[in-house]
Amino acid sequence: MKKQVAFKIEIEDNVATALTDIKPGAAKLRGDSEIKEIDAVENIKKGHKIALVDIKKDEPIKKYGIVIGAATKEINKGQWVHLHCMRSLYDERSSHLDVETGVPKDIKYE
Amino acid sequence: MEWEGFYRKNGQIGIRNRIIVIYTVECSSFVAKEITRLSNNLDVECIGFSGCTDNEYAVRLLISLIRHPNIGGVLAVGLGCEYIQPEWLADIAAEEGKEHKWMFIQEEGGTKKSINKGLSIVEKMLKDLEKTERKKMGISDLIIGAECGGSDYTSGLAGNVVVGRFFDRLVSQGGTAIFEEIVEAVGLIDLLRERAVDEEVKKEIEYTYDKALKYCKSVRQYSVSPGNFAGGLTTIEEKSMGAFVKSGTKDIEGVLKIAQRPEHSGLWLLDSTPDPHWMQFGITNPNDNEGLMDLISCGSHIVFLVTGRGSVVGSAVSPCLKITGNSDTYQNMKDDMDFNAGNVLTGKKTLSESAEALEELVINIASGGLTKSEDLGHKEYFIPYKYQDKKVNVPSNYKCDKY
Repeated sequence: MKKQVAFKIEIEDNVATALTDIKPGAAKLRGDSEIKEIDAVENIKKGHKIALVDIKKDEPIKKYGIVIGAATKEINKGQWVHLHCMRSLYDERSSHLDVETGVPKDIKYE
Repeated sequence: MEWEGFYRKNGQIGIRNRIIVIYTVECSSFVAKEITRLSNNLDVECIGFSGCTDNEYAVRLLISLIRHPNIGGVLAVGLGCEYIQPEWLADIAAEEGKEHKWMFIQEEGGTKKSINKGLSIVEKMLKDLEKTERKKMGISDLIIGAECGGSDYTSGLAGNVVVGRFFDRLVSQGGTAIFEEIVEAVGLIDLLRERAVDEEVKKEIEYTYDKALKYCKSVRQYSVSPGNFAGGLTTIEEKSMGAFVKSGTKDIEGVLKIAQRPEHSGLWLLDSTPDPHWMQFGITNPNDNEGLMDLISCGSHIVFLVTGRGSVVGSAVSPCLKITGNSDTYQNMKDDMDFNAGNVLTGKKTLSESAEALEELVINIASGGLTKSEDLGHKEYFIPYKYQDKKVNVPSNYKCDKY
């Protein structure tokens, strides 16, 4: 299997960023991390985030050592973390964007 | 390391010697653009404001570009009935000791006659500009502004990080660095205020931040785009942190408004968000070129655009240097990308090596080398209706939301 890599920026982060496309299975964990590997339980596209621990609903998501949002449902270790399970603490519109492509669905083209 | 710049009457030194053909209303834009196009010269650029009713911000911005050290000559083209006065713009250029001419299409007799007259004016100006006085300049004379556009996950891991390192180097050597996009510092008030050089600047930063956040909330739009999300960024907070790292680690000397020149060297934060006004202008960050123009209005000789997804824009007045932290984007759009910061992610270069390489490229561009966007002919500009105070005015009764 091709080498899978994720990057954890600060020690207190609970997510890491995929530097390669990741399929279910082990991924090398680089950066400020105590563990050297994380098991992905689903597909995670390059650039997207993977949960490093179980995260409860409404719990903060941490990246760069700061809070970047909150979980909107329970997230399991190794899952893909994006618009479908986390939200901004400020921006409401973005929670309605398409989770794959980011395109807006609130303005009808007709 | 020194090179020859273009010496201006006000003592400033530019890295280009350009002519701007300015249209003062949409009605005169075709003539201005044709004069520019048919002049067929990299040093002849077109900028302008489309509204007939004028706007203080737009006039202030145009004047700051006329005064910009990269500009050697100005031709202002109006229709004849609009609010903005091309003659007054030409007068400012004259005060600055620059080549200057203006015309009204209605007086010249229409499209063809105006274009022909414009072409001979520009031809003569280009010859006269060959005599512009030169003066030696070095990195401490440079003002460089940075913005990000088309961000993805690499922006906060590589692109902006390398710019931050470079900005630290630039400031350490006596140069001036400007960063902006306070609307992409959402959630970061703590990090911002602790970088303030003194208590007064700390208050200015708090006030500017609170205002920007209120603004985003009221227009219900934050500075994010579909491409950011497709590229892995999930929230404005995440994007903000990735953007903020471009400021490096130096103290913030103060908050600038559009067209305000930094009083001295160092790192500065430019507020480009509108100030409250009864006409409720604009939207946050309408596009990247508006941000680049705002940076240039404060005197930036060169502007950085840090991209992840891949932007192709350049800019009028000051060269736009495009940096990407995404090696795939760099390979895919090699004709448009000036610098690959993605090397730090693949381990090919350290952050220090990358910042040093960026400095070398900057000196190359400052001494006359063309950026990819200049070479391709990208000369974008965006001057919308906006309202902004001339200087930061923290009300005496202001209290920071958080502190």
